[in-house]
Amino acid sequence: MAETAYWEAIRRAHDEEMARDPMVIAMGEDIGVAGGTYKATSGLFDKYGESRIIDCPISENSYTGIGIGASMTGMRPVIEIMSINFALLALDTIVNAAAKIRYMSGGQIACPIVMRTPGGTAHQLAAQHSARLARMFMSTSGLRVVTPRGPLDAYGMLKSAIRSNDPVVIIEHEQMYNLKEDIPDEEFFRPLEGAEVIREGSDITLIGYNYSVHLCLEAAKRLEADGISAEVVDLRSLKPIDRETIRKSVEKTHKVVVAEEDEAPVGVGSEIITGIMEDCFFALDSQPVRVHAADVPVPYNAKLEKAAIPNADDVYQGALKVMGKI
Amino acid sequence: MKDADKKRLLREMIFFRRFEDRTFEAYMERKIGGFLHLYSGQEAVATGVLEMANVGQGDKNDYVITGYRDHVHAIKTGAPAREVMAELYGKENGSSKGRGGSMHIFDASQNFMGGYALVGQPFPLAAGLAMGCKHKGTDQIAICFLGDGANNQGTFHETMNMASIWNLPVLFVCENNGYAIGTHIDRSTAQLDQYKRVDTAYNMKSSQHEGMDIESVIPAAKAAIDYVRKEQKPYFIEFMTYRFRGHSMSDAKGYRTKEEEAEWEKRDPIKIYSKTLIDAKIITAKDIKTMEKEIDNEIENDIIKFAEDGPEPRVEDLNKYVLDDNPDPRWIGPLQK
Repeated sequence: MAETAYWEAIRRAHDEEMARDPMVIAMGEDIGVAGGTYKATSGLFDKYGESRIIDCPISENSYTGIGIGASMTGMRPVIEIMSINFALLALDTIVNAAAKIRYMSGGQIACPIVMRTPGGTAHQLAAQHSARLARMFMSTSGLRVVTPRGPLDAYGMLKSAIRSNDPVVIIEHEQMYNLKEDIPDEEFFRPLEGAEVIREGSDITLIGYNYSVHLCLEAAKRLEADGISAEVVDLRSLKPIDRETIRKSVEKTHKVVVAEEDEAPVGVGSEIITGIMEDCFFALDSQPVRVHAADVPVPYNAKLEKAAIPNADDVYQGALKVMGKI
Repeated sequence: MKDADKKRLLREMIFFRRFEDRTFEAYMERKIGGFLHLYSGQEAVATGVLEMANVGQGDKNDYVITGYRDHVHAIKTGAPAREVMAELYGKENGSSKGRGGSMHIFDASQNFMGGYALVGQPFPLAAGLAMGCKHKGTDQIAICFLGDGANNQGTFHETMNMASIWNLPVLFVCENNGYAIGTHIDRSTAQLDQYKRVDTAYNMKSSQHEGMDIESVIPAAKAAIDYVRKEQKPYFIEFMTYRFRGHSMSDAKGYRTKEEEAEWEKRDPIKIYSKTLIDAKIITAKDIKTMEKEIDNEIENDIIKFAEDGPEPRVEDLNKYVLDDNPDPRWIGPLQK
């Protein structure tokens, strides 16, 4: 076991997969000579050369499309998009091409690409660098969407994503790249599907993904001090969603909060709670609560930004509301 | 080129015209649904270019990709015509098992990587196919057919730049038929000569050629393909052509005059090549009539029959092909608790 930062975990997964399979390449802006905005490919340019660590011009839609075209010949491109906001420029090639080519071709052609991109707010990056957009990708048939909460999944899910035959969008987070965790020294994989109970509890279920998992864990600690036992579920995959794990947890605790950093409309919370209504409505003892961002473009001003984005206290307050304590 | 090959090329172009005419009839009979974009008038371009490429040899083929006017490109690359027709009929024995339809013909076994409905989307995909060829060190290239209308998409500019800086072996074939759907090129495009949009802008070799006469297309295509394959660099080739039918079936062609259409019809690629071969005493008018009859026979008794007799996809299979239907549990899960 070694303490590893999130970015180091991603870098290690790239390195191992590129060493194993010459068909694996990485593409993105500033990922080579410049070492990568998040250092996720640092040092790999020198090791694998410019034909495998490909510095791209600022042309998100078409370099993603080039990666998709390469994947149709059997290559395994890992595409870094510097911010999920910029991934909107690549929606045509991801949503209209990568997600549909297998189906449109009657199963003849796979597009095994990985798109890695950080969603989420950092510190005063303002509206055009702070979008989350998980809800946009999770609504697309033909994609897998995963949200590693820490180095263990960042490493293990990237390795799985590279090897899977489906297009996979990995949503990382601006504030998680330096998050550290002990991960095994020997090679391992973490599957792309399946939610995970990461804290057992009996009174309430807190559901998160990506960064909001950490808000749930922090809220769970505060709830414990109040004598409330909270279970925390990390969704891990937003497409597909593991409804079975959610159902089991809700049937145990009978109460639920969903925490998302996205805005609420047509979002992760609405999807999860709808699933709960369909799967185990009668298990609920009280109304579910969604903790989410304000329905505004993210403001620059620090005070306004803080007000717009949910924090651990919001999750805690949401849980108290579900528990009937406030 | 041998006389037998010349006769075969004429036969292919007549076949493509008759094939498209027959799809028109099937569409009017409501046997074919959705959108249908016919290639009639432009036959010399796909036939001539792909004659010079590696096609019909399965996985040794060059990669070919295009837009939604894709039936002829697919067949010339090697997709069986009967499977293309069955696809238009939405049948399980169609090229894409009835999931794609007219605009999305695929034949992976022949490296025909599809028809796409998003104008300009194949540009980057083609460059990616070329990247795959280069990376694997095969001598294959990628060939991308699109119309002049596609050149006003951002993907055109982004891809020309990257294909050039990365020296990707891709041939961009611009079939300039003068119209972006129903808007004439002089109302949509600042530079009318498409080949001029890449030479200095993206440092890419390019040229413009007559596209109605296959004898003009073939040598130009050969030079361009040889260049791409040997130099491992992109090339942009423009052919001046015309589509005889509307953009799609719902097009009343109100944006162009009967006089203009009549002028272009004089330059029908099949008429031009028929005359060339008759004048050279390679074929007679009577031979051509016989050829047409044989083609109509083949279309009716083999191709249409295959499509008519093919089974519909099963509704139980609706959710197949969305993702890998046999995923490896080590990568996909479920998560071991």
